[in-house]
Amino acid sequence: MFNYAFRRLLSTIPVLWIAITACFFVLRLAPGGPFDGERPLPEAIKQNLAAHYNLDKSLFEQYIIYLGNLLQGDLGPSFINQDFTVAEQLLVGLPYTLIIGGMAFFLSIVLGITAGILGSVYRNGIPDYLIGTVILIGLVLPNFLVAPILQLFFGLKLEWLPVGGWGGGALSHIVLPVVVLALPHIARISRLTRGAMIEVMHSNFIRTARSKGLGGGSIVWRHALKPTLTPVVSYLGPAASYLLTGSLVVETIFGLPGIGRYFINAALNRDYGMVLGTVVFYMILIVVLNLIVDILYAWLDPRVRSR
Amino acid sequence: MIFRKAKLAILESAMEGAAEPVPGRSLFQDAVARLIRNKAAVVSVVMLFLLIVFAIAGPWFIPYNYEDPDWAAFRAPPSLENGHWFGTDQNGRDLLARTLFGTRVSLLVALIATVVSVVIGVSYGAIAGYVGGRVDQAMMRFVDIMYALPYILFVILLMVIFGRNVFLLFAAIGALEWLTMARIVRGQTLSIKQREYIEAARASGLGTTAIIFRHIVPNLVGSVVIYATLTIPEIVVVESFLSYLGFGIQEPLTSLGTLIAEGADVLEVLPWLLWFPAAFLVVLLLSLLFIGDGLRDAFDARDR
Repeated sequence: MFNYAFRRLLSTIPVLWIAITACFFVLRLAPGGPFDGERPLPEAIKQNLAAHYNLDKSLFEQYIIYLGNLLQGDLGPSFINQDFTVAEQLLVGLPYTLIIGGMAFFLSIVLGITAGILGSVYRNGIPDYLIGTVILIGLVLPNFLVAPILQLFFGLKLEWLPVGGWGGGALSHIVLPVVVLALPHIARISRLTRGAMIEVMHSNFIRTARSKGLGGGSIVWRHALKPTLTPVVSYLGPAASYLLTGSLVVETIFGLPGIGRYFINAALNRDYGMVLGTVVFYMILIVVLNLIVDILYAWLDPRVRSR
Repeated sequence: MIFRKAKLAILESAMEGAAEPVPGRSLFQDAVARLIRNKAAVVSVVMLFLLIVFAIAGPWFIPYNYEDPDWAAFRAPPSLENGHWFGTDQNGRDLLARTLFGTRVSLLVALIATVVSVVIGVSYGAIAGYVGGRVDQAMMRFVDIMYALPYILFVILLMVIFGRNVFLLFAAIGALEWLTMARIVRGQTLSIKQREYIEAARASGLGTTAIIFRHIVPNLVGSVVIYATLTIPEIVVVESFLSYLGFGIQEPLTSLGTLIAEGADVLEVLPWLLWFPAAFLVVLLLSLLFIGDGLRDAFDARDR
């Protein structure tokens, strides 16, 4: 087990390296420098700026310096908000993104698995069709469409929930963003669970359990659930990265101060330093989450370890 | 004896039946029959067809175009009397014209991106699958890596670089959307590679490139078409997503995503600006999804 975890950890290094290198050089393809404004700067200032940000060195030297800084946790400077480094800005936004993302993650696991089990137990019954319809809606409606509709309905018509803002982390402010973020994943997880559960329920050991006289509830919870969950766990890695993509939209729509908003603003303002820093940070976040999920998966399913 | 007679009778009646040739049914006809039995898919084909016809032909029949304001009708709600069936926006532009134009743009973008993703995915997958060995491992490992990283980030990155060049941009989306296609094609290639005709081609001295593109790729068409149908709605969503965030299609051009983004801002006062484009997007996505699923169920050998 430890061996597997270690090997898996090592395998993330080339992934991160390739991703970071690609991002670094791709952003250098961008036309114009970070300080090319409408009013040209005096030559001396330009040179000083270039020297300060190492832009006067060769591209390869810059790349090595960047990697070195990165290893020390320095994500580089922001070219628009020059009083803050990228890391400082991300650190401010990170808690909000993690809270929303984490809650959506757990909500989608709990609701998704519950809905999937209900769907498979009452297969082709009324609950199954109801759940199936909701799931289809979750899968087809993009989150940037669901969010305004929910805002209109719960925020403006019923006036139950605020339409946006962080509100000091009050639960009422968090409900809508979390639901919007979780909806597609509830749908996917429940689909996976339903399919896997139906397959597991046809297997021999379930028949044995049933022929021993066990009741339906005990079969589902004690015997069928664990093998059902393996495909769900393997979905959690990709889910982390989808949640992140979703958080870009959700944070923008609900006006939450998370890192998604910083990223979008940086990209719209062409703050190359900030874009590069955020993308690299996202990559690290996702690779680490994937690593955790993979190790969890190996712990649940011993067959994976020997591979 | 009696039994024999009975048997003979049965045989004879069977022969009679056989005398009229039963028309054979190819696998393709079987699949088409299955597809037609799938009601959701048939309805979706009709809906999609109507939508495309509307989007292409509609603008010729509307007295307004997508960018010129109607100075007599700003923020007009939908009505039949003033000719703005879907209402107008804050700038007095006819929403019906804009929605149809947006549908055109969304579909066009999806087509371009899908073609790019098919070309890359098929070549990549077929080469990896046919060459095999180390090359295959390295190539598929790269796909795994790309899978782990959210490609939206790369798209936004490219957007920062390419800026306003819309078609280049959506070609870039396609260039990042080929991963699943490559996996599917590789899997198929691995099985096709074992067939006798490939062996024959190799024995007669054909080169690797020629075998891949003349003998393997044409035999992949079925699964590629099915998966491409499922890629189109994905790209429509990605395009809308990017346009929503402000990276995609820019004014005065428009797409369904841009329209929805604009509509969402004024949802409380001008609700029709969201509902009509949203309805078009949902119908488009649902029908593409059902068609893709229907095609897969009808043609995929696994479920037979």
